[in-house]
Amino acid sequence: MAQYTTHDFDVLVIGAGGAGLRAAIESAALGAKTAVVMKSLLGKAHTVMAEGGAAAALRNADDRDSWETHFRDTMKGGKQLNFFRMAELHAKEAPDRIRELEEWGAVFDRTPNGLINQRNFGGHTYPRLAHVGDRTGLEMIRTLQDKLVHMAAEIFMETTVTHLFKTSDKICGCLTYSRVTGEFHLFRAKAIVLATGGGGKAFAITSNSWEYSGDGQALAWRAGAELMDMEFIQFHPTGMVWPLSVRGTLVTEGVRGEGGVLLNKDGRRFMFDYIPEAFKNDVAATEKEAEQWVAEVAAGKLATVRRPPELLTRDVVARSIRAEVQAGRGSPHGGAFLDIATRRTAADIQRKLPSMYHQFKQLANVDITKEPMEVGPTCHYMMGGVKVQAENGMSTVSGLFAAGEVAAGLHGANRLGGNSLSDLLVFGRRAGWGAAEYAKTASAPSVNEAEVAKAIEENLASLSRKGGENPYAVHKDLQDMMQDNVGIVRTEDELKQALGALDELEKRVDNVSVEGARAYNPGWNLAMDLRSLIVISRAVTLAALERRESRGGHSRIDFPSYDKKYSKVNHVLYNQNGQMALRADALPEVSPELKPFVEEA
Amino acid sequence: MPRTVKMKVFRGEKGEGAIHDYNVHIDDGMVVLDVIHRIQATQAPDLACRWNCKAGKCGSCSAEVNGKPSLMCMTRMDSLDLEKPITVEPLMTFPHVRDLVTDVSWNYTVNKRIKPFKPKAKEADGTHRMFQYEVDRVQEFRKCIECYLCQTVCHVLRNHGKHEEFAGPRFMIRTASLEMHPLDVEDRVPFIKEEGGIGFCNITKCCTEVCPEHIHITDNGIIPMKERVADRYYDPIKMLFRVLTGK
Ligand SMILES: Cc1cc2nc3c(=O)[nH]c(=O)nc-3n(C[C@H](O)[C@H](O)[C@H](O)COP(=O)(O)OP(=O)(O)OC[C@H]3O[C@@H](n4cnc5c(N)ncnc54)[C@H](O)[C@@H]3O)c2cc1C
Ligand code: SF4
Ligand code: SF4
Ligand code: FES
Repeated sequence: MAQYTTHDFDVLVIGAGGAGLRAAIESAALGAKTAVVMKSLLGKAHTVMAEGGAAAALRNADDRDSWETHFRDTMKGGKQLNFFRMAELHAKEAPDRIRELEEWGAVFDRTPNGLINQRNFGGHTYPRLAHVGDRTGLEMIRTLQDKLVHMAAEIFMETTVTHLFKTSDKICGCLTYSRVTGEFHLFRAKAIVLATGGGGKAFAITSNSWEYSGDGQALAWRAGAELMDMEFIQFHPTGMVWPLSVRGTLVTEGVRGEGGVLLNKDGRRFMFDYIPEAFKNDVAATEKEAEQWVAEVAAGKLATVRRPPELLTRDVVARSIRAEVQAGRGSPHGGAFLDIATRRTAADIQRKLPSMYHQFKQLANVDITKEPMEVGPTCHYMMGGVKVQAENGMSTVSGLFAAGEVAAGLHGANRLGGNSLSDLLVFGRRAGWGAAEYAKTASAPSVNEAEVAKAIEENLASLSRKGGENPYAVHKDLQDMMQDNVGIVRTEDELKQALGALDELEKRVDNVSVEGARAYNPGWNLAMDLRSLIVISRAVTLAALERRESRGGHSRIDFPSYDKKYSKVNHVLYNQNGQMALRADALPEVSPELKPFVEEA
Repeated sequence: MPRTVKMKVFRGEKGEGAIHDYNVHIDDGMVVLDVIHRIQATQAPDLACRWNCKAGKCGSCSAEVNGKPSLMCMTRMDSLDLEKPITVEPLMTFPHVRDLVTDVSWNYTVNKRIKPFKPKAKEADGTHRMFQYEVDRVQEFRKCIECYLCQTVCHVLRNHGKHEEFAGPRFMIRTASLEMHPLDVEDRVPFIKEEGGIGFCNITKCCTEVCPEHIHITDNGIIPMKERVADRYYDPIKMLFRVLTGK
């Protein structure tokens, strides 16, 4: 008989980043019996690492801004593949969500007249990102966690979900294990909110931590929920490239927001050579115009000219850096130079970008107030994820909700910087509300014991298996394979190879053995994460194969431009008797009042 | 320069265990956490440690490197004397769980005892006004990544085990960040004196020295809070006033 402890809740939130915490706050405030589980300790989720800021049309730094402009920018950045209703709700509600954080104790940087200050970021027409130096995520997660701990919600740290359960097609609970003891816990819940973040650990070069194995997307898919837009992966243009051990670690876009420029090895400011047609009118035509923009912004004035091309959307900048490197004009360690030292005073840099200063000084022996940084693309964010309803975050499975990076729809083919932190607040709250409302009328959940026993057996298999492979070796091979074949640029052949390789890797995952016991055993934990990584890697590859065009975070060498055929479809991945199947869904038609703000793509 | 180093890593459970030796090949620019990961991947897959960001932002990877409480992800191997073996041990001040992992839950319990933020009413135009100069200090304290290195080195906790009576430097500045918040109207001076036990701190500044966020824990946080406590409880004129008015 398998041993486990059972807990009962109305709403169980999986994940304690911004989305999960905001969902739990809402659910608890509405009186639902709420719990939050997470893989790490409270306050350590990915959200803590976010640097640049949270986008909201507060109109504090530039009153020409409006929710309509934010909506337009988000759709344009997403190449019009976004669920327009999500982009609309997000643009309308983000300002209130940010002000609410202030009401809960957050201390954002201030404008000269004492309001929340806002900075420029790629793809945003006006300075829009509420921020705290370059540690905005820390401020956000701390504020939310301190709010939640004083509410009636239970918190289970280092507790990882491995299986979701359903009865008569409705969600009814999940199996977890405690990292510390290795013991199993069953949570019965009327509603579950997935707020598990992304899956960047499928790639070799990434800004993501060990937690990002795509568990939420995989759990949802296995439970029969649909995934969407999985081909779109954001490769952030500026990750560290050297030393090798920190390759992939993020360099905030805030560096460029503060005036940093990208140079190739010949000192040429190459972004002027890569401005796409659709953005020609939005960016400076000359270095002189770009300089003027930086001077105005640095002086705290409203910009009267167009922004530098370094602030084009991330997909464009990442591809441009890659092209320079391919053409033999890269920096010594295979990236580009990012220079802020010659643009701003040392004092400004240390005040505006303190953690970047620190990070380079400590990890790379580079003083960014004196020398340029070396940067290159790094896997950063998944635009795709669980397909949800805009209003309440419910997936296609009753009682299963999703919010934050694990959900799809808001960002379309490419996410604008700063739109994630605001996404977490807007849709975290909505999913928390949706789950609490749903739980009100849902019946008390019961979970089939045989299913629990089977799930536990699956989890324990790697511990009892002898002579199998080392999970770390399998993980490394998966990451290298995905990086090579499904990375920043893709081709039909490589994607097909990847599908074959995934079949092989899946077999290897099913044959890993781990040493030691269950208590705090990272090898065993990784063995379980690998199962999720296979699911999301397959979803990304299948969707990428099917989209024979280039758009946003999906670039095909064999189909380098937009194709109208794909301009109004989302790829949906669903579970067909345990196999992953794909279908193309037509995008919802944009409502007439919003039509004026969207452009053809 | 790539080379092989000798690592001495504490392995065991609930305080029972021993130092294990590992010979590890290291490359340029590696930090201690990279070496621990390399041991995991190639020699000891069940070696337990915590980490998340690998960039000094989450405060997960605290351990004692050559006896010094440090963030493993920000300690470069080339900053250590590689001629000698490098020891890596769990934080001494908290109950041991396994290998490099300790039970830091006490810190969460202390945090929960601090009264939450309570804002004053908004201005007539629906905003809160605060000026940068008013929030600089609070922002300094809010940089804290909860690595608990300061808690680990503070002798009141480390050597005297006063976990019941003293909240520790992390929560001194957490309380200070709320008390100095321009919008906050709550009163936590009694807390920091009584439950928080600020009197135990004798300003050795070891906490400030170890803080990876360079927060001036003692000068900017603890000393001003000690002054507030003194003003409230020991100022003879105010005490007389309180006796006379009953406040
Ligand atoms: C370095 C970096 C900088 C960034 N900067 C910005 C920025 O400036 N602006 C911006 O808008 N965005 C930024 N982003 C993106 C943004 O931070 C993330 O997309 C966002 O924080 C994700 O939040 P989340 O709540 O969805 O998930 P997370 O914060 O990642 O939280 C996920 C939670 O789910 C838990 N979890 C996962 N799987 C399981 C499981 N199986 N069982 C139990 N729990 C589980 C995890 O433990 C964790 O608590 C940045 C990202 C990175 C990596
Ligand atoms: S200054 Fe006070 S709090 Fe800091 S280490 Fe010394 S005694 Fe502890
Ligand atoms: S105050 Fe500094 S040392 Fe203490 S927990 Fe915070 S960041 Fe760590
Ligand atoms: S891993 Fe985040 S601080 Fe070291």
